[in-house]
Parts: sequence; structure tokens; C-alpha cells
Amino acid sequence: MKYAYFPGCSAESTARDMHQSALAVAEKLGIQLVEPKGWTCCGATAGHQTDRTLAVALPAATLVKVQDMGLDLVVNCAACYNRMKVANHEIAGNRQVRVKVAEAVGRDYDGSVKVRHLLEVLLDDVGTEAIRKTLHSSLAGMKVASYYGCLLVRPSEVTGFDDPENPSSLDRLVAAMGGTALEWPHRVECCGGGLSMSRTDVVVNLTDSIVGMAKLAGADCIAVSCPMCQINLDMRQLDIAKSKGNRYDLPVLYITQLLGLCLGVGPQRLGLNKLMISPAKVVQAVAAA
Amino acid sequence: MTITISRDKCTRGILTKVREISGVDLSKCYQCKKCTSGCPVSSMAKCPPSEMMRRLHLGDELLSSDILWMCVSCETCSARCPMGIDVAAVMDALRKLAVQRRAAKPEGNAPLFNRAFLKTVQAFGRTYDMAMIAGYKLGSGKLLADTEKFPAMLRKRKIALLPPRGADRKTVRRIFKKTKEDGAGQ
Repeated sequence: MKYAYFPGCSAESTARDMHQSALAVAEKLGIQLVEPKGWTCCGATAGHQTDRTLAVALPAATLVKVQDMGLDLVVNCAACYNRMKVANHEIAGNRQVRVKVAEAVGRDYDGSVKVRHLLEVLLDDVGTEAIRKTLHSSLAGMKVASYYGCLLVRPSEVTGFDDPENPSSLDRLVAAMGGTALEWPHRVECCGGGLSMSRTDVVVNLTDSIVGMAKLAGADCIAVSCPMCQINLDMRQLDIAKSKGNRYDLPVLYITQLLGLCLGVGPQRLGLNKLMISPAKVVQAVAAA
Repeated sequence: MTITISRDKCTRGILTKVREISGVDLSKCYQCKKCTSGCPVSSMAKCPPSEMMRRLHLGDELLSSDILWMCVSCETCSARCPMGIDVAAVMDALRKLAVQRRAAKPEGNAPLFNRAFLKTVQAFGRTYDMAMIAGYKLGSGKLLADTEKFPAMLRKRKIALLPPRGADRKTVRRIFKKTKEDGAGQ
């Protein structure tokens, strides 16, 4: 299994743990990931809030590089995944957009590179059965609240990821690891990631209701697959405690960190020391299983 | 609910303008308010998305409305609209007009954040968090926000100190240059 792999800008800064754990898990499961040389930013929310052509041309600059590699593209960051998918959709579906983007990028691109999220590769190409057979340890019934957020599932006609209102990809992986996948609301509510700096007040309200609901559902931890969700739900718990007095102390881990632990990868390599809310209890539970 | 709009705030052609930028036909909206029901910030915004749609019908430009920059771009509105209206694309179009016409001075200054973000992309080909945060903080005057988290972030090496390397900066600069030339502008 060989794929082009787009780490995304946060993989080099605030979400190194997402990147490291993805690489570790891929290695254990025999997935070969190759970075396109010279990959560039997808533009993220700032891009599409600014200009439509810019927002499509930025991901296209990388997609055209991937096309040269002749491989499918695997993306781990939910936001990059979303922008790549939207770019493909707009370029393939709108001749005018394609022409404008070609002019901006300096090369024509037809929107045909297959873009997949790492979760899709884990579930569809590797499969839960094979994952189960590779496990060194398990989540031992740990209650995990899977949080999908926005960008994997919306807009569903573009991303085509899972069921947009009631997704189960993360839950299926949690179950494969021997965890208890919690039924809880708020799994596709937005945490406000893009406004974390400019409207911290809004974001504290949103994250409070999400983390609070997970806690209420009895979660031992939250599993995510997006760097904005992770940093927001994890770090903003400090602000929630300060401004609202709600102390949840609920660790927020990337699904690849949970999977890495169960595959026998060390916590250091998975970047677990980078979490603001300590995942010590999770690590101990897996070690004891 | 009564919506009051003063005549001097109305502009002919706002529907056409938004349609031109977003490719969305706003006239299909019949005010079911499903967008507002699912919107995570509707309870905090003065003008929720369904009201935004109605105001646009009536010719209100809305360029200084709080919803434009409180909207988190989660696209729940677009996903759930029974008429298939891409409400989030309407929001993007209004933001673009607001910035172009210098009408955007919202609390928290999200447009400044976007500029600070994109400037680092333009310079390095990838985001450079340190420069982006510095640019936003200096511009917004919110120098002390979140500073208590910085020591832990640095200790955990949770944020990169050095600018990103290895990106195809040339192509990215070309993209910024061309989209600006195009009148799209940042």
C-alpha cells in the first residue's frame, strides 16, 4: 500500500503529534507514505474566506505535484482534506474555475487526483480485521467519545466521507481496538477552530458544550482526527476552567495516537507529551490491558 | 419576527453581486430556518443565517453584520438546507465584499487574522504560526491573550520556532500575484 501523503502545515508546528503518530501507525500497518516534494499550504479557512480562486489554486498547486507521482493522495488533517476535496470538485465541475486556476498555478490540472483521508485508508484498505490481528494491546473497554467535527463530513457531496449526520469511522476503529464507542450528541458540532484566536469567547462557549457533553456521556477520553479540533478541545479546557469554572480534565487524543498505543508504539514517539490535558490514565490503561 | 431595514442601507443589485461571486441562487430560500437551527453561533449572533438570507432578499447589504465574522465556516447550514443553497458560500461572498469595501471591522478582527495567516503562506509557502500570531497580536492589540499558555507550548515544543522550509514558494507567490491581478485581491 503506497500513497502520496500530505502532512499539512500544522504537522510541522502545533500538530507534530498528529503527524508522528500517523507515520508510526502507517509503519506498523505496512502503509507507505511519500510526501510530494515542495508541498504547499492548502489555504485553510483564511483562504476560502478571502477569495474563491485563491482557495482552489492553493491546494491545486500540491494536487498537480501529486498527479506527477501517479499515486492517490492521503491526507490526515481534516481541514486540508476538505480543501483538497473542494478544489477537485470545483476544478472538475467548472470549466471557468479550471482555467483561472491553471493561470494562477501555471499548469493545467483536471481535478482527478483521488484524495482520501487516512481514516478511509485504515478502514477500507487495511480493514479492521487486519488491524485487530496486529494489536499488541487494547483499549480494554475504555469509553471513547469520537468527535468528527465539521470538515471531514461537510459538504458531504464533496467529501463523500461516511454518513454526514451520524458518522461511524472513528467509532469502528475504537471498537476494533477493544474500546467502547460512546453514543453521544455533538459529534459533528463545530468547535470553532478557525476562530480560536479572533473570537476566543465564541470558541470557549462551543468547546465547553462539546467537552461537557462528552464528560456527561461518561467518556474517559475524546478521539479526534483534526488538528484544529485537537488543540481547541484540549487547550481551551484551561480557559473553560478559568472563565466558567468547569473542570473536565478530559484528554483529547488523535485516533492515530490511540491506535499507536494499541499497536505497541511508545508514548514519546506518538507525541503524547504534547497534549495539554495529560493522557496518563489512557496510557496506563492500555499498558495494563 | 419583524425585520426593519433603513432605506439608506439598501443597495440594488446585492443579490446579483453575491450570486456573481458565490454562484448561489439566493432566491430559493423560503425561510424554513433550518440553517439557523443547526448554526453553532446563531444564539450568539445578532443576525442568524436565515435572517441574513431574508435581509439580502430585501436588499440589505449586511456588510457590517456580526454573523459574517462569527460564522465558523462549519457548513452545517449548507449541508442541511432543503433547497440545496450553499449558505456558507454566500457568507464567503459577503466577507469578500466587506473586505473590498472596507466595511469589515468586527469584534476580534477575523479579517486581520486571515491576512496575517495568508501573509505567512505567501512568504514561506506554508503557514508559520509564530509570525502569524505576532502579526495578528500586533495588529489587533490583543498582546496578552493566551500568553499564559505559551511557556507550556514552548516546553512541549508544540509550536515551531523556525519558519517552514521545503515548500515550493515560487508557485505560491505566483498564485497570490495572479489572484490579486485578477481583481480577486486580498
